[in-house]
Amino acid sequence: MNFVIPAFAPAIPEMVLLALTSFILVADTFWSKRYQFATYYATQATLIVVAYLIMSSFATAQVITFDGSFVRDSFADILKLFIVLVSLGIFLFSKEYLLQQKFFSGEYFVLGLFGVLGMFVMVSAHNFITLYLGLEIMSLAMYAMIALRRDASDAIESAMKYFVLGALATGILLYGFSMLYGATGSITFPEIAKIIEAGKADAVVLSFGVVFIVIGLAFKLGAVPFHMWAPDVYHGSPTAVTLYLGTAPKIAAFAIIYRLLAEGMPGLVADWQTLIIILSVLSMVVGAIVAIVQENLKRMLAYSGIGHAGFLLLGVLAANPDGYAGAMFYIIVYAITAVAGFGMIIALSRTGNEFDKISDFKGLNARNSWLAFMMLIVMFSMAGIPPFIGFFAKVIVIEEVVKAGFIWIAVVAVITAVISAFYYLRVVKAMYFDKPEETGPIAPVSGQLNWAVSFVSIALLVLGLMPSSLIELCYQSIGLK
Amino acid sequence: MLSSYPILSTLIWLPIIGGLLVLFAGRNNDTVAKWLSLIVAFATFVLSLPLWTGFDTTTAAMQFEEKISWIPAFNIYYHLGVDGLSMPLVLLTTFTQVLVIASAWDVIKERVEQYMGAFLIMGGMMTGVFVALDSILFYVFWEALLIPMFIVIGKWGGPRRVYATLKFFLYTFFGSVFMLVSFLYMYYQSGSFSILDMHTMQLGMTAQTLIFLAFLLAFAVKIPMFPVHTWLPDAHVEAPTAGSVVLAAIMLKMGGYGFVRFSLPITPDASMQLDWLVILLSLIAIVYIGIVALVQSDMKKLVAYSSISHMGFVTLGMFVLYDILESTGSLQGAQLGMEGAMVQMISHGFISGAMFLAIGVLYDRMHTREISAYSGVVNKMPWFVMFAVLFAMANVGLPGTSGFVGEFMVILSSFKANIWFGTIAALTLIIGAAYTLWMVKRVFFGPVTNENVEQLQDLNKREFAIMATLAVAVVALGVFPAPLMEVMHTSVGHLLVQATTSKL
Repeated sequence: MNFVIPAFAPAIPEMVLLALTSFILVADTFWSKRYQFATYYATQATLIVVAYLIMSSFATAQVITFDGSFVRDSFADILKLFIVLVSLGIFLFSKEYLLQQKFFSGEYFVLGLFGVLGMFVMVSAHNFITLYLGLEIMSLAMYAMIALRRDASDAIESAMKYFVLGALATGILLYGFSMLYGATGSITFPEIAKIIEAGKADAVVLSFGVVFIVIGLAFKLGAVPFHMWAPDVYHGSPTAVTLYLGTAPKIAAFAIIYRLLAEGMPGLVADWQTLIIILSVLSMVVGAIVAIVQENLKRMLAYSGIGHAGFLLLGVLAANPDGYAGAMFYIIVYAITAVAGFGMIIALSRTGNEFDKISDFKGLNARNSWLAFMMLIVMFSMAGIPPFIGFFAKVIVIEEVVKAGFIWIAVVAVITAVISAFYYLRVVKAMYFDKPEETGPIAPVSGQLNWAVSFVSIALLVLGLMPSSLIELCYQSIGLK
Repeated sequence: MLSSYPILSTLIWLPIIGGLLVLFAGRNNDTVAKWLSLIVAFATFVLSLPLWTGFDTTTAAMQFEEKISWIPAFNIYYHLGVDGLSMPLVLLTTFTQVLVIASAWDVIKERVEQYMGAFLIMGGMMTGVFVALDSILFYVFWEALLIPMFIVIGKWGGPRRVYATLKFFLYTFFGSVFMLVSFLYMYYQSGSFSILDMHTMQLGMTAQTLIFLAFLLAFAVKIPMFPVHTWLPDAHVEAPTAGSVVLAAIMLKMGGYGFVRFSLPITPDASMQLDWLVILLSLIAIVYIGIVALVQSDMKKLVAYSSISHMGFVTLGMFVLYDILESTGSLQGAQLGMEGAMVQMISHGFISGAMFLAIGVLYDRMHTREISAYSGVVNKMPWFVMFAVLFAMANVGLPGTSGFVGEFMVILSSFKANIWFGTIAALTLIIGAAYTLWMVKRVFFGPVTNENVEQLQDLNKREFAIMATLAVAVVALGVFPAPLMEVMHTSVGHLLVQATTSKL
């Protein structure tokens, strides 16, 4: 067997990202003494370069390289672009936060970039090995990021929890991979799909494999009943890291769900659809109900994230391309909204005051009516109230579920949407109706933050009024319409 | 068609953009905020008049239509249009808008720009609800409206405002999500979100029944009907005057509008099957809620319950049509009931708005709405009492006022359907008179026993203008309702045909 040099071109964005990140990692040790922000700017520049590389070679057809382990298609490219976009926002907010909370360090950005690299690899994974590799690159970077603040016991506890449970989840996922490999003799998704389709594999082993894989994915996505880590980790981590955890990795998690379930095991729909239905319904219900009693906004957003994971799975359980496209739209919208939500906490936090309790938001309208209005947009968008984009995200996944014939799930979904509206309204209530605990105006520590948070929030409104192009982007990338 | 510019879009977006402008321009300057709001509201009202003058009463088709593709992937259009059912409601909205802005002029002292801005934005959205011909667009306006109303009640309302506004929001939200699922189901069946397409699509009986019930939940909460009315007294009592006016005059009508735009034409067979349910709930509302109103000690609560009772007439007039058809064999009588319901909606818009404004006038002076705190107001505020008694009489349904026309038509047609329906509905003439006139007696007449009342000032020019405008509207509609009926006649006829054509 001859060694064939694989086509490197499709993976150029990843390779450039890796090279630049490694460079920054080394350079940071020199820079950080003289120029505080050099690493930050280099990080943002790297992301922009990568985004440019993706756009300039935007995939119109599917390209598979590295002996079937890496795929580049428009689905991957669009998700990567949004990962970059969301990360740009994350780093911008994080810089200010780290400065205020006095643990600014270059490592945050370097680890963040490695995480992005991991997400890229996950999005483009075409076999089990690549997928696992991407997942681990991302996860390891995140474990370290949570523990960055060495002096905070909360953060260390979160890092431990995340590490132990994350490792467990990965183990379960790997176990599932091995069963599928054992049953089909292949690790590449389309080949597995073909073998399953042909009925040559042992059905019992396949079923077990599917169960383990779905459990592993549910862990990563934070779907009930595998969500226990999420509230503690979101709460305990520094807000900048929570912002990172709660946004971009969700996009990547959706990507591997799509790759594994839709591309790898379409023949096993009967097995995984039921599992996804259970996960989805439980996540929506638990996310909606438990969030009501939270006093900490980060924790509340963690539970809201669990509920949103349930909604995302609505699109997946429809098990058809329309459904996947709806789920893709949902996760992109969610990531943007979550950036705005956590960004708002960062924008208002002060040295010594994290501004992450709902009571901190009391009377915000009297103290800064513009930011209160922006937060109102974010909350109503998350609740799925028109005219904000969150409404269309919900409508589209629910429509896909109705189309797939699960009207009862749609009814459950809308009821949980009403329940969850209550806790979003609590935040609005605190901002508009309650008396502030501290009087006096409040403004973000820097103008940049003010602009950034306003930009993201207004984007939610503008996208809500004109959602068409984003919707079409998602449907086209799955190869529809 | 007379107009060449997109008149309906103007009516929606002018107040919304104007409202946003007020939010920014009026930030530190209340005078700017007030005048700008008034100008925007008045301009919107003037611009809505061509709808009346240019309206073609001979057709039931949609007029002043606008249609632009909005979300092509889901076949969603920005589609607007009015017919005889919605046009009067649009005018009611733009008219009320001006009064609402004027009513808050000296009353609101805190964050004036947010208050005015919220009402302007609400006005645009309410117009949007009445003119949207795409169900998703309709739903967007319908839900988005909750946001400014939530803020208005919660921020400028009374002591229990937070409880009331959360209840208002969650109740209405809960009601309407099932409507959304119905829309999605129909889209899945027919591939279109257009309301007009939904009117013509075929639906099986089970589907129709479920959709009918989903619609009923959404609209019954909004109207509101017994037993899902409990949010209304709370919301009304706690809301600031203008908020109560908008709620009573326009938002409640959205529920009634929903029945004629969605329930009857989309699910005719289910409507026929389940009309007893709506009629039963309507009669309970008319009688039971009327009696509840009798014992209220808070004026606003009393008017709120009277609103529920009056809206019972609207739903009764809409749904007696099947019984009339059965007992008389022709749609003649049903036309009367339906038109009565529509007239009642417009008339109630004026009367309830006027009643809440009148209570607002008293509240601004005395800061209490307890009936027992007042007595002999007429001695100090003769002009005010003149108007207030006129509106009270209209609320009772005195001939010559607008309240009479709608109620009379509905009662007459329910006698055609079933003698018992008519008899029970007619009870309201007694109950309504009892609770309204008893309140009038206790508040306005009698001796002055309270020194706060002793110091009352009569209406100022602004209040006088508002009251006089509404008085003119109430009397004009009462003595000369023909133009309104002419506008809706063809559309109502068309609706009755739709509602009696089986879709099975």
